[in-house]
Amino acid sequence: MAVPSIALNTRRHYLNVNYGVKSWLLTTDHKRIAVLYLISITMMFVIGGIAAALMRYELLTPAPDLVESDDYNKLFTVHGIVMIFFFLVPSIPAVLGNFLIPIMIGARDLAFPRLNLLSWYLYAIAAAMTMWVMLSGGIDTGWTFYTPYSSAASPTLVIPTAVGIFIAGFSSILTGINFIATIHRMRAPGMTWMRMPLFLWSLYATSIIMVLATPVLGITVLLLAAERIFRVGIFDPALGGDPILFQHFFWFYSHPAVYIMILPGMGVVSEIVAAFTRKRIFGYRFVAFSSIAIAVFGFLVWGHHMFVSGQSAHAALMFSILSYIVAIPSAIKVFNWTATLYKGSISLATPMLYALGFIGLFTIGGLTGLFLAALAVDVHVHDTYFVVAHFHYIMVGGTSLAYLGGIHYWWPKMTGRMYNETWARFAAITIFVGFNLTFFPQFIVGYLGMPRRYHYYAPEFQVLNVLSTAGATVMLVGYALPFLYLIPSLWNGKSAGPNPWGAAGLEWEVASPPPPENFAETPIVTVGAYNYGPVEEKIG
Amino acid sequence: MEADPHHNPALGHHFETLEQQHDTNILGMWLFLSTEIMLFGVLFTAYILFRVLYPEIFIASSHFQNATIGAINTAVLIGSSLSMALAVRSAQLANRRALLIFLAITAILGSVFLGVKGYEYYEHWHEGVVPGFQWTNTELEPRAQLFFFLYFVMTGIHAVHLIIGIGLVLSLAFRSRKGSRYLGESFLPIELMGLYWHFVDVVWVYLFPLLYLIGRH
Amino acid sequence: MDGLPLFPQQASTAAGPIDLLYFWMIALTIFFVVLIAGLILVFTIRYRRRHEAEVPQQISGSTRLEIGGMIPLLGLALVTFFWGAWLYMDLSQPPQDSLEIYVIGKQWMWKSYHPDGQQEINELHVPVGRPVKLTMTSQDVIHSFFIPAMRVKQDVLPGRYTTLWFEATQTGVFHLFCTEYCGTDHAGMVGSVTVLDEAGYQDWLAGEGTDPVGMGSTQDEGQALFADLGCAGCHRMDGTGPGPNLVGIFGETVPLEGGGTAVVDENYIRESILDPQAQIHEGYQPIMPTYEGQVTEEQILQLITYIRSLGTDANQSDSEQP
Ligand code: HEA
Ligand code: HEA
Ligand code: HEC
Ligand code: CUA
Ligand SMILES: [Cu+2]
Repeated sequence: MAVPSIALNTRRHYLNVNYGVKSWLLTTDHKRIAVLYLISITMMFVIGGIAAALMRYELLTPAPDLVESDDYNKLFTVHGIVMIFFFLVPSIPAVLGNFLIPIMIGARDLAFPRLNLLSWYLYAIAAAMTMWVMLSGGIDTGWTFYTPYSSAASPTLVIPTAVGIFIAGFSSILTGINFIATIHRMRAPGMTWMRMPLFLWSLYATSIIMVLATPVLGITVLLLAAERIFRVGIFDPALGGDPILFQHFFWFYSHPAVYIMILPGMGVVSEIVAAFTRKRIFGYRFVAFSSIAIAVFGFLVWGHHMFVSGQSAHAALMFSILSYIVAIPSAIKVFNWTATLYKGSISLATPMLYALGFIGLFTIGGLTGLFLAALAVDVHVHDTYFVVAHFHYIMVGGTSLAYLGGIHYWWPKMTGRMYNETWARFAAITIFVGFNLTFFPQFIVGYLGMPRRYHYYAPEFQVLNVLSTAGATVMLVGYALPFLYLIPSLWNGKSAGPNPWGAAGLEWEVASPPPPENFAETPIVTVGAYNYGPVEEKIG
Repeated sequence: MEADPHHNPALGHHFETLEQQHDTNILGMWLFLSTEIMLFGVLFTAYILFRVLYPEIFIASSHFQNATIGAINTAVLIGSSLSMALAVRSAQLANRRALLIFLAITAILGSVFLGVKGYEYYEHWHEGVVPGFQWTNTELEPRAQLFFFLYFVMTGIHAVHLIIGIGLVLSLAFRSRKGSRYLGESFLPIELMGLYWHFVDVVWVYLFPLLYLIGRH
Repeated sequence: MDGLPLFPQQASTAAGPIDLLYFWMIALTIFFVVLIAGLILVFTIRYRRRHEAEVPQQISGSTRLEIGGMIPLLGLALVTFFWGAWLYMDLSQPPQDSLEIYVIGKQWMWKSYHPDGQQEINELHVPVGRPVKLTMTSQDVIHSFFIPAMRVKQDVLPGRYTTLWFEATQTGVFHLFCTEYCGTDHAGMVGSVTVLDEAGYQDWLAGEGTDPVGMGSTQDEGQALFADLGCAGCHRMDGTGPGPNLVGIFGETVPLEGGGTAVVDENYIRESILDPQAQIHEGYQPIMPTYEGQVTEEQILQLITYIRSLGTDANQSDSEQP
């Protein structure tokens, strides 16, 4: 396997310290593991994206024409499972977090390097299992696996999928444990909590959720598998079991999991906004603690996915009001990023385009989350395309943009090379436009009443669906572009130097690509994050 | 394994001091145990829900549990925890012989527990109260399968933890049979093992009354 | 229907108020998006980087601004919450005088049972201007009953009854969708709700509405079952049997063995038939056998309808309106 010749010079760095497949597959260097993740996660994203494209082309016309109903059902299931468990949950933490946490806190590696490698292997095994499921019959339950459909009725490969997700969950748990232990115990002298970059705060909060919520998913899918095997169980009403209990367990994980998916993106955006305004993040403390608040309150709102499920009205009221409360810390972040722009030195380089796109689209996605949290409105829009639009606005418009922004921002650090800025901006804008064209019409068609997971639909919804499919095509082109300029940049990109953006932070003080041990001498930190200049007196 | 210039072989290349390494590992283990708590928490929640929904079924089913055997097993497991604690202490004091002895006792008691558990499973098989495989019992109504499903899942997962624990204890014992491995200041792996073992023990201490002593007081 | 509808029809009393809340939230969204996007636009132009080495003034933040900003946000959030909650409470409490219809969902069709025995498949005929309450259950997996024009939706679960109500405000034919994924033909589990004016509804009841197969009414079926299954042997109308007299029991509160009470509703009767030991009427022996596996969901509904009708003899007032 030829590793692109990144011998920028003869300096020793993590990419050229040794070569060969073994040196990668047995590495315990957090930077190399991050690269392994980058490659595997990108593969999964393409698979999930292809499934999405197929769905969109099916939905071009109201009639079922491209695929059979069973295949359509498998498509959205595999799309959801791949995109959530194998793309978005690990994306920013496992790639950017892995690469950057030790460097940002001035450590030589994560606390448990071998556990880190193990977690990649678990991820790879789980992903391979899911691919195997896909190729040998698929699974059609939707990513939510609601019982009793999944436990008693679905004729597809639920059990291997459940096992795959259990393993992927373990990978996520190990990552979380590693991050928390690292951030607690491995900080360089002088790197106090209040000096940490906000990216670390958000990953810390994310890790708390990973550690406490993921096991709930793990055991729940195992119980589901056991029910299927033994044909008896606690989720099947035929034997006195309770299908709503499954939904509680599932959402007890999956709502916090949406914060696993958004918090790292918020962290990336904090870094990018600071770097491209050359300013300290406005209200650092509030932004830092809002991550923790989101993580904590995020555990209390799972029932907002079940407003029409038959749970008691009182429970619904509690879950609704808590959903509003948890929106406040998100609002704090949005306003503080915006305030950071004020009197900054703003550069619209590619990462910043992504970050600003994130802020706008996350705001729309978040506010439409409030529609869903409003009980009576949710009764109408639950399980319609309105929900689909809501979460794509946050997960694709939000996190995926943040992820791409982060990849562009730290690409020079990871590879030592610059990419082509013109193409990169063009891609960012294409994705942004395509995204809105895909998902904005879905809000409208959702409020009109088009249910989700429909293989064919009433003719009056067609115009909006055509728009959506057109947008998806634009997005497909947009997503293909980064492959076309990032990969070639490995060979012919300009050499980046340690700090191409003029950004502050320990990661910009080490060489690009960083040496295997990150720091020859453990650094001693004397200033906080985003130290771009003397701090003016507080305003307001 | 990379060749490391560090003087102390017990110190990982990315740590500054043994103390830092120790604290980090202990924190990691506690984090791991907290995920375990959440995992068992789900099962306990399901248990409580169904016990409230169908109290009569749970009482009827629990008559199939032999509380005496359960109590003996509880004692066995507590004994193993004690010997595990002594093993940790011996490692700290760099007493290899004692360490090996206590690790062996721990593993033996753990295995005794499993053996007894296996016997109980065997009995249940004969009583026909194994949902999904062998449900021939006519005294209980079909819904009692809920209780036994939870019973087998909870004790089964607990047993898996114990099997892993025994495996780890044995491999630690094997690796410390010579030289000064895990002794003195490098006793960390033994200490981590102890934390895990005590956790598995504590889970049982909760399982026992829930599964064996319903409606008995 | 024109090419690009942007907004669903409002065909129920709930639609107007819910849409109003929806518009309020759209206004909120537009306000915040315009605010944020506007500020971003203004700042990026006004404070664009003018030369490479530029270093701006640093501002650390302002606790006063943060707290001051949070309070109005919290206010807006709470207003929206209470508004949504208030409408939701309305939706979850069917009016007393509702027309009661039973619905069974199964892969992949809807069956509805009217009080007078009319049965429909994937269709539902209801009168305009009268509250209609649907009591629903599923024969297999979870489904969800959704009428977009009425803004109502409720999951339909196996093993229990859930309810939904609406009051149509205009006549017409409206979509009925299944919105909980239920397998292969989930997208085909659709139908129509036809809202008729009172005269049209009476015609429908009298004529075309009745099932062509010519089954008896749900209540009659129930009565026959009550005899066939042996219920009548224990539950005698004169109260002399070993089981409680079921006349007039529907809607009443009964005392339970071991303390507590239960309201006799659809779910309670269903449980009494399938799992009689779960809740025992105080003063009776737990001798009633379970009928689990011997009766279909449809038959349970027929039994319930019959037991209900025993109640209405005594109490009058039900769906029958003059
Ligand atoms: C990363 C993922 C992510 C994130 C961050 C969120 C964030 C939020 N989500 Fe979302 N959600 C999903 C992913 C996500 N969601 C997914 C995947 C589903 C569907 C699952 C499925 O069924 O398949 C879903 C479904 C879903 C539902 C269930 C809908 C249904 O099925 O009927 C609800 C209901 O309350 C909801 C609410 C919210 C709320 C209130 C937030 C809040 O956290 C948002 C907070 C943010 C803001 C509010 C914006 C910023 C604030 C301002 C600019 C200031 C103005 C603010 C105020 C006035 C308060 N979401
Ligand atoms: C991270 C999460 C994520 C992401 C990124 C996406 C991305 C997309 N999603 Fe997905 N979506 C979900 C999470 C996500 N989705 C979830 C959880 C569900 C619910 C599933 C369920 O109901 O169970 C869902 C459901 C869902 C539906 C509803 C299906 C239904 O209910 O019937 C639709 C319909 O339009 C859709 C569309 C899309 C589209 C068009 C994209 C696009 O953004 C995708 C664009 C990407 C590509 C098109 C790939 C492009 C890349 C290439 C082609 C590479 C080229 C390669 C080289 C040049 C080498 N999604
Ligand atoms: C062997 C006698 C017996 C038969 C047969 C029987 N029941 Fe019962 N039923 C009882 C007794 C005794 C009770 C009161 C104890 C209890 O709540 O279980 C009861 C309770 C009920 C109740 C609850 C009423 C209350 O006041 O709590 C309902 C409803 C009911 N039965 C319906 C039926 C139906 C419908 C059938 C036939 C399908 C049926 N029963 C057959 C004996 C019987
Ligand atoms: Cu029935 Cu979907
Ligand atoms: Cu949620």
